[in-house]
Amino acid sequence: MLSSKSFIAELQNNGFKFFTGVPCSLLSGLISSLEDAPDVSYLPAVREDAAVGLCAGAYMAGTLPVLLMQNSGLGYCLNAFTSLNLIYKIPTLVIMSWRGCGGKDAPEHIIMGEINEDLLKTSGMDYAILTEDNYADVLKQAMKNIKAELPFTLLVKKGLFDERH
Amino acid sequence: MKGTEAYQELLSVIGDEPVIHANGYICRESFSLKDREANFYMIGSMGLASSIGLGVALCKPEQKTIIFDGDGNVLMSMGTLAMIAAAAPKNLVHVVFDNQVYESTGSQRSLSNVIALEAVAKSSGYREAVKVTRKEEVKPVFEKLMQSEGPSFLLIKVEPAFNPATGRVTHTPEEIKARFMRALSNP
Repeated sequence: MLSSKSFIAELQNNGFKFFTGVPCSLLSGLISSLEDAPDVSYLPAVREDAAVGLCAGAYMAGTLPVLLMQNSGLGYCLNAFTSLNLIYKIPTLVIMSWRGCGGKDAPEHIIMGEINEDLLKTSGMDYAILTEDNYADVLKQAMKNIKAELPFTLLVKKGLFDERH
Repeated sequence: MKGTEAYQELLSVIGDEPVIHANGYICRESFSLKDREANFYMIGSMGLASSIGLGVALCKPEQKTIIFDGDGNVLMSMGTLAMIAAAAPKNLVHVVFDNQVYESTGSQRSLSNVIALEAVAKSSGYREAVKVTRKEEVKPVFEKLMQSEGPSFLLIKVEPAFNPATGRVTHTPEEIKARFMRALSNP
């Protein structure tokens, strides 16, 4: 398991200062830590695509953004990613929980759990599966994309972060 | 009043402030009247001008930030009105050109002929939400909102009278972004 607190510190060390998103139970520990941290703010978004917009505004105003969401939100965001981030070259770090991974989850998560990697690939969105062992390398990869002004997604499976619900 | 007339009134008040433009005719009209580096023109991602504007306003709290939105865009992202009201950025002015139709796709009706968007903004928690219908009101009301604490909402009822000869934004999306970022860091 990765400590939510230390992962957020890692993100801050990489210059990320603006956090927003729509919750998922798999990310509940991360979001609680963001809400508790004295030097970070987390802005609840009403929809994932609105969070994409917020992050785009933050980036253009000089602040590196992080967007937290469940993979179900990918459907809502695809148009924003393709007609905003990818064509204007506006980077955002996306932390996306992977519900339905391996086909074991509630019915509403099964299809998106099967196709979220393909959707990311098809739309040209680089991603990596975040694990306890690879987070330093994966963050380096993410920063490379961010510097090239491209979005990057970290897929988070159940059990990687603590859950508080 | 025609949209063009409303823009001209607003332009006489705008200095170097960033203006985030919703997609569609709003970009074309504004671009044709006065292209500015501090104009962010959206060519897609309908509904997101308001959230982009909120992101800019929150990260540049000393900089008055303006959103040029449309009724269809606001209706699509009504939840963002709640986000703006909750975050309550004092430096945000949200202008909506309300022609009651999706004009660029053939003037199909939106819902704003029966839904008072300024009332939605006000009840969401915007500090000010004003509707204007006459050209003479636009400048004084906008000036007042620009000088007051926000977030404020200015709904301008305009005729669906876009001139199809109006040019398109000629900058590429990457250029639009680079110019906008330059303007933001050197206001």
